[in-house]
Amino acid sequence: MPGVLVFTETKDGKLTKTSREALSAARKLGAGDVAAFSNERGAADDAGRYGAKKLFVASIGPYSTETYAAALEQAVAKMQPSILLLGGTSNGRDLAPRIAARLNVGVASDVDRLEWTNGKLRARRPVYSGKAFATVEVSSTPAIATTRPNAFPAEEVGGGPAEVVEIAALSIQPKAKLIETKIPEAGELTIAEADIIVSGGRGLKEAANFSLIRDLAHAIGGSVGASRATVDAGWIDHQHQVGQTGRVVSPNLYIAAGVSGAIQHLAGMSSSKHIVAINRDPEAPIFRVADLGVVGDLFKIVPALTEEVKKAKTG
Amino acid sequence: MNSIVCVAQVPDTEARIKIAAGNRRVDESGLKFIVSPYDEFALEGAIRIKEAKGGDVTLIGFGPDRVQTALRECLARGATKALHIKGEVVEADSLGIAKVLAAAIKTLPHDLVLFGKQGVGTDNSLVGPMVAELLGYPQVNVVTHLEVGDGKITAHREIEGAEEAIEASLPAVVTAQKGLNEVRFASLKGIMAAKKIPIDTKTISDLGLRDSDIFNQRVTVVSLELPAEKSGGRKIDGSDPAAAAKEILKYIREEAKAL
Repeated sequence: MPGVLVFTETKDGKLTKTSREALSAARKLGAGDVAAFSNERGAADDAGRYGAKKLFVASIGPYSTETYAAALEQAVAKMQPSILLLGGTSNGRDLAPRIAARLNVGVASDVDRLEWTNGKLRARRPVYSGKAFATVEVSSTPAIATTRPNAFPAEEVGGGPAEVVEIAALSIQPKAKLIETKIPEAGELTIAEADIIVSGGRGLKEAANFSLIRDLAHAIGGSVGASRATVDAGWIDHQHQVGQTGRVVSPNLYIAAGVSGAIQHLAGMSSSKHIVAINRDPEAPIFRVADLGVVGDLFKIVPALTEEVKKAKTG
Repeated sequence: MNSIVCVAQVPDTEARIKIAAGNRRVDESGLKFIVSPYDEFALEGAIRIKEAKGGDVTLIGFGPDRVQTALRECLARGATKALHIKGEVVEADSLGIAKVLAAAIKTLPHDLVLFGKQGVGTDNSLVGPMVAELLGYPQVNVVTHLEVGDGKITAHREIEGAEEAIEASLPAVVTAQKGLNEVRFASLKGIMAAKKIPIDTKTISDLGLRDSDIFNQRVTVVSLELPAEKSGGRKIDGSDPAAAAKEILKYIREEAKAL
C-alpha cells in the first residue's frame, strides 16, 4: 500500500510534540506504512519510535518555504503516498498550501479527527472558530491535511530507527530568505501547543494586573492567554489572544480569570478538556462552558491559587 | 508601486451560526457579512504603501453579488480600483479560489499581493500561499511588520514564540496578521469618493477557467454541525478565597490531572 507521508520538525534534535502527534495520527489511519520527512538525519530514532518505517531526509537547513516545498515534492514523488500529513505549526501551515498547489491537490486544514475510508480522507475541522464543525472529504491523491496541535495523542510504538532515504541536493534559488530570527518574550510559552493556559480578561482592570495571571501561569507551568478586549486595550501582545481573531486552542486545562466569555472567546477555547472560570458576575457566559465555575473576586482567588499551586509543587 | 488586496467577505464574528437545510452550509438568512478582519490589515498595509510610494491599490473579491458591499467599504477606506469575480465561492475549495484569484491577478498590474492570514470563519489559511505557488512568487505568511524596499520587501513573520525577518523579491505574496498596523475607518469624504469608482466585474469563464476545475473539486464539505451544547459544570461560591483556591487545586489535581 502507498501509505502516509508525514512532514516533521525537530527541536534540539528531537521531534516536536506536534510532529509526534501527526505521526501517531498517521499510523492510526490504517492507510499503509508511515514515512516521515525531516531536514535532520537524527530524527530517525524518534520517527521510528512513533511508527515511521522510513525517513526521507533533505539536508536543507532551517525552514524556508521554497526549499522545503521542493524537497517535500521529491519525497512525495519517491513515495507516492495516499496521504500527506503536516503538523499544524507555523511552518506546517505555511508549507501545506504551497505543496498542495504544486501538486494540484486539496488540503483539509487544522483537523481534529481523521478517517481513511474507501480510499478517501475524511477529516473533521472546526470552523467559525469552533462555533461549528465541518466534516470534509479530500478526494485528491495525495490528500493533504494539517493536524491541530493537542488534538491527536502522541503514542510511542517502540519501533527501531526509521530507514533513512536521502533526498538529492536541490539547486533552487529561493526568492524569500530568512535574514533574522527574533525571540521577543524570552521564557514565555506560546499558547498554540500549551497543555495549560491561564487567561486574563477585562476583569483584570488594568495592564499591570496581568502579573497575577503570569504568576499563576508560571507556578503551574502554563502559558498566558488573553481576551480580545485586553489585547485591543494594549494590555498584552496579540500573540496571547484566544478566540476567533486570535488563536483557537484546546489545552488540557484552561483557567479563565476575569474573562466574561464573549462568543468569539468561547469559540476559541470551549474545546479545552478542562475549564475553570473565575468571575465576579454569576451570570457571565464563561460559566456556561466551565467545568468548575468560581463566583468571586479574582484579585483574591488567583493569588491564593498561585500559593496553593506552589505549595503543592514543593510539598 | 501597485498592490492588489484579495478581500473575502465573511459572517460577522459576533454572529451566531445556524446550519442551513441539508447540513452542509451556514444559513445565510439574516446573517450580517463583514470584510474578513485580517483582510483589513492587508488593506491598510496596501494603502500605506500607496501613500508613501504612489500607485494603485486594486481589490479583488470573489463571490456572490453581496461581495460588492465589502468592496465598496474597502474603496471608501482608500483602495483605488476593484474587481468583482462572480461565483458561488462556497462551492469552491481553497485551491479553486486560488486559481480564480491567480488568474485575475495576472490581468492586473501589481508588485505586491496581500491577503489576510486567513478568512475568518472557514479558517483554512490556504488561499494566499496557494496563489503564491500558482504565480511562482515568494510568500511571507502571518506578517506583523512590512517594509518595502527597492524591488524587495522585508516582512516579519510570526512563528511559535518568535518572529522571523524575511526578505523577499517582488512580486511577492504577503498574508497579514493582526498587529501589522492600526486599521483606519472610512471617512465621509472617502465614502463619497468611493461611490464614483466603478467596480469591474468578471466571470470565471472571462478568466479562461472552467467551472469543473474550480467548484466541487478536491475538498468537499460532507456535513456541517454545531458542537454539543455544554450545560455548564459545577459552580461554587468564592467568597472565601482560600477555600475556593483549595477547591480549584483539588479539581486541577484530581480531574484535570494537571499537577
